[in-house]
Amino acid sequence: MSPDRLLGQPLRVINLGLEVFALELEAGGVTVVHVDWRPPVGDLKMAELLARLEETEE
Amino acid sequence: MRVAASLRALPGVREAAALMGTPANHELLAAAGLAAPEVKDAGPGDLILAVEAGTDAEAQAALEAARGLLEERHRAREATGRVLPRTLDSALRQLPDANLVAISVPGAYARLEAMRALRRGLHVFLFSDNVPLEAEIELKRLAVGRRLLCMGPDCGTAYLNGVGLGFANVVPRGRVGCVAAAGTGLQAVASHLAALGAGISQGIGVGGRDLSAEVGGLMTAFALEALSRDPATEAVVLISKPPAAAVMPGLQAALEAVGKPVVICCLGAIAPAGGNARWVATLEDAAEAVVARLGGRPWAPRRFTDPGAVRARLAAIRGDRRRRGARLLGLYTGGTLAHEARLVIEPLLGPVAFDLGGGRAGPHRILDLGADEFTVGRPHPMLDPEGRAARVREAGGAAEIGVILVDLVLGRAAHEDPARALAAAIRDARDAAARDGRSLVAVASVVGTERDPQGLRGQIAALEAAGVVVLPSNAQAARFAALLLRPDLDATLLGGAP
Repeated sequence: MSPDRLLGQPLRVINLGLEVFALELEAGGVTVVHVDWRPPVGDLKMAELLARLEETEE
Repeated sequence: MRVAASLRALPGVREAAALMGTPANHELLAAAGLAAPEVKDAGPGDLILAVEAGTDAEAQAALEAARGLLEERHRAREATGRVLPRTLDSALRQLPDANLVAISVPGAYARLEAMRALRRGLHVFLFSDNVPLEAEIELKRLAVGRRLLCMGPDCGTAYLNGVGLGFANVVPRGRVGCVAAAGTGLQAVASHLAALGAGISQGIGVGGRDLSAEVGGLMTAFALEALSRDPATEAVVLISKPPAAAVMPGLQAALEAVGKPVVICCLGAIAPAGGNARWVATLEDAAEAVVARLGGRPWAPRRFTDPGAVRARLAAIRGDRRRRGARLLGLYTGGTLAHEARLVIEPLLGPVAFDLGGGRAGPHRILDLGADEFTVGRPHPMLDPEGRAARVREAGGAAEIGVILVDLVLGRAAHEDPARALAAAIRDARDAAARDGRSLVAVASVVGTERDPQGLRGQIAALEAAGVVVLPSNAQAARFAALLLRPDLDATLLGGAP
């Protein structure tokens, strides 16, 4: 998806983090799915390694 | 964050923090002296509530109140009957045609989530700060390679297709596309444009480090290219700190390639020779210059919108024969606005200290209260005005301070009525000075529009009712503050006799 496809299209947003941003977007009529985000269990190093593994599998 | 703000309003509560038990937050709590033994085992999935109060009973009552607030929020969420996804991938199953991921998780985790989003072909708005520089470079390289926007890290505001993301003012859609760091600089330009009857097509944030030698302006160049092809954008404004020298040639090439009128406001930069872009010195000038350019009108910067009104106001204040301190204290919630104020004031008043510590000497000081050192375990001052209010009251007791300079930033996601707390504090500070036989002048500017939830006119009126001098822009407020301390600058800034 190049920026040309984003600029000019209706926004459809996934929100990770502060819920207030999802609420504000919703109030403005934007389709948004808020993620009940939690930090990964265990240490960050392990999460990073798992994510890299996930990336190389794609 | 709002829980902490609610707790701080309870009787006896001096300080309150609500944060997740990440390693970074444990460090912050320790630095703030709030690392109680009870919370040392809290993990990243736990919420830590820390309260400092006058008595144990008050602290206990505050913690009970916090529990009530959190349960209330939980019940409200359950009442909607919606099941919130826990991961990006489960959210994508609910919204398979999503095109943007907004990320405001703690910085240590932001790289992971942003990387996931980019790999799934989604544009990213990355509000999180404290993202390591090498992670930023990695993310932006990936984004550009996939022709995706990575707005941030540390991007506070963006506008896409008329929709504001993060801290955004409610502004009309229009013909001006902006590329900005982006925080209060973009908010200020968008609000000035609105005041001039113009609007924003897109406001693409790139984060404050994009034009550093390390990041190399990767996202700025990509955003400029996107705006060059955006049919809704007829002129472009670039707002940033001065670019690193190594980035300049590439940036100039990207600017030349835009093929539309370009106005550049790199606060503190010296305009290079050549090129078709118009370089301006302040955020207000950026908005005025681009509107003039679109209208085919000549434009020159001016120091005050209404010099006559400024003269009258100065005369009234100078007529007050009470003592007034010779120092200026700037208390800002917007980082770019604080930086701009310093750039305007230093040539007029000399060196301005920018932090609490030693640093550069000089009688004047401007603090960016949104900087990390002031937001340890507490919300950003644009969300919770009480931290700044306390500093304003404190300044009322300092005989050496004669002028307080402030910003007030409105918009979606900002505090619902920031002028009320600020006006009350300024009134208290001025009263305290008056009891001591002194006068204390407060000078302000407000970033916002009438359509913002807080309403621009009402917020200005609340400040004026507390005796605050409100100017139409941050740069004008800074110049006015300088004139209060250096009447000999009248001729320079106001063009001699009326």
